[in-house]
Amino acid sequence: MNKKVVVVLSAVLLLAGGVLTGCGSSNANKKNSDTAALVTDGGGIDDKSFNQSAWEGLKKWGKSHDLAKGVNGYNYAQSNSDADFTPNINKLIKANYSTIFGIGYKLDNAISDAAKENPKVNFAIIDSVVKNRKNVASVTFKTEQSSFLAGVAAAETTKTNKVGFVGGVNSSLIKTFEVGFKQGVKAVNPDIKVDVKYAGSFSKADVGQSLATAMYNNGEDVIYHAAGGTGAGVFTAAKNASKSGNKVWVIGVDQDQKADGKYDGGNVTLASSVKEVGTAVKDLSNKSMKNKFPGGKTVSYDLKDKGVSLVNDNMSKSAWKSVKAYQTKIENGSIKVSAE
Amino acid sequence: MIKQRYSGLAVALCAILAGLIVGSIVMLAFGYSPVQNYINLFDGAFGDIYSIGETLRNATPLMLTGLGFSIASKAGFFNIGGSGQYLVAWFGSIVFALQFKELPGWLLIIGAIVVGSLLGGIWSWIAGVLRAYCGTSEVITTIMLNYIALYFVNFAVKNWLAAKGADSSANIVQKASLRTPWLEKLTNNSTFNWGFVIALILIILTWLYMTKTKSGFEIQAVGLNPQASKYAGINAKKTIMIAMLLSGVLAGLAGSVDGLGNYQNISVSNSLPNIGFDGMAVALLANEHPIGIIFAAILFSGLQVGGLSISVYSTTPTEIVDIVIASIIFFVGIRYLFERLITPLLAQRGVKN
Repeated sequence: MNKKVVVVLSAVLLLAGGVLTGCGSSNANKKNSDTAALVTDGGGIDDKSFNQSAWEGLKKWGKSHDLAKGVNGYNYAQSNSDADFTPNINKLIKANYSTIFGIGYKLDNAISDAAKENPKVNFAIIDSVVKNRKNVASVTFKTEQSSFLAGVAAAETTKTNKVGFVGGVNSSLIKTFEVGFKQGVKAVNPDIKVDVKYAGSFSKADVGQSLATAMYNNGEDVIYHAAGGTGAGVFTAAKNASKSGNKVWVIGVDQDQKADGKYDGGNVTLASSVKEVGTAVKDLSNKSMKNKFPGGKTVSYDLKDKGVSLVNDNMSKSAWKSVKAYQTKIENGSIKVSAE
Repeated sequence: MIKQRYSGLAVALCAILAGLIVGSIVMLAFGYSPVQNYINLFDGAFGDIYSIGETLRNATPLMLTGLGFSIASKAGFFNIGGSGQYLVAWFGSIVFALQFKELPGWLLIIGAIVVGSLLGGIWSWIAGVLRAYCGTSEVITTIMLNYIALYFVNFAVKNWLAAKGADSSANIVQKASLRTPWLEKLTNNSTFNWGFVIALILIILTWLYMTKTKSGFEIQAVGLNPQASKYAGINAKKTIMIAMLLSGVLAGLAGSVDGLGNYQNISVSNSLPNIGFDGMAVALLANEHPIGIIFAAILFSGLQVGGLSISVYSTTPTEIVDIVIASIIFFVGIRYLFERLITPLLAQRGVKN
């Protein structure tokens, strides 16, 4: 009796689904030759960071060419674990996307293998270099340069001569943020202490908050975070400290994080060290469209071509002037920022 | 007896059906077409030989971690440390394969698998020892060991294995890989590898061990009634440690097979791999039956691999699959409800026949 009810109910639901939506669209055979898709590295396309920035860039590209999301335009494939990289890439190849982006260094093996099997598809890898593949463009960002400017901003703003850095996972990529930041601080004032902490994760806001609270209590008044979602906790800690009268600052990362720093009575975002993954994605998609895809090459984005930058959110005029001065020096090569 | 077995299967099937229905309700509520999405999902999981290869490859670690969880569970222990055991084993196998690359291929593969799975076993055995001699809850120790594994492996990969400026180790040599051109060609360049065969063999071995050996019987006896088995002269401490060791070896084997067959290297992880937890879900759906684990793993793997197709061919977000999977587990969890519904049905049939 009861089983019957279940069967009938399910049949009704499934049928209703088909009728209501007209059984979906089946015109997938019409093919646009210039399509692009990306594969995320574990974070979703709404991670407020890296993957989101890439996806927004791709969306902008699609809209500027009147393309729709889907097999005839632009799309994403989300990886829930590292094991999803290869199936995701292959699904996109099968759906005939002409340019496929791997967002993050973790995809380099998967992209390299796929590129070998599919020489006619354009591939791009972000934050890593894939060698010996003529159809893979490698995209790197000189984040040490923008982090250097973040260091300058912190050094020009601190009143306690103590600043902090909160990293996500202690990986070589995040290390470039740390070393760039330290160099920037030291360039302004070698006596300023830089306290470096790693949360061990990009998604633990609670850890970020407890680390940052301890650091603010320790008298550090500017913290630069390169910690993705963990950084949300740094913002919470900064807002709490500022509300209770201890005015402190956060320097955001990847995107302009001004909105994240807003609280009743002010804003704790001093500046944001922006990494234009989206611009790179848009740029490469355009190049692929014009048959000028830089396959086999490494494209490096730096301060000069605005691939990385420091955005002024709440800096004082003198601090911003100093940042601008250092930026010119880095751009014309009179200051070399080391990545290690 | 037979009736009981059928009821286990029926509960699982009802849970799957109910999970899919919940998925369709959610899709309808948000204006997506369940029929089209389920067709895409099925196509993406089993639609062609490539997809089948990918689904079976993805099912391999699920089978092994599920099997590992079920052994500990049969002894009455909750081994939540599958992810950590998987990770240390993956690490161990890659280190071995990188260090001894001049060994002949077969020896290299066997060595790497043995080293990896033993590391996994030791990782879980630690929790077993603590449980046996200090009475420490294995739930807490295995969770903690997960984090130790994650941070240790990240540290080791970054400082010892990765080249300067990189976040992953070098790739293992071709002869250490579980992939072969023959299998790749057979499945149209999927990542399908020998790991699946290894997992099937292990399932048979485990089934034989649990049902036909004294030691396997002791594990089940301790799980069913610790007091009675102690009275019957079973060494409970030894049994706990054996169960946890075997559980860890199997979870570790999953890591070794994935490392050698799928990833070919190891990189700094942002978080614990989900595989240990997914394995628990597989074991629960299969009611911890070895043969059931094969099918449950293939189902979950099909949902995961096929689910990736959903967002490629439509505007529906892939997360819908997580809802389906979570609902299936939920419905397995309330199996009592289904048993109440099904048992009378089966009984009626029995009378009629």
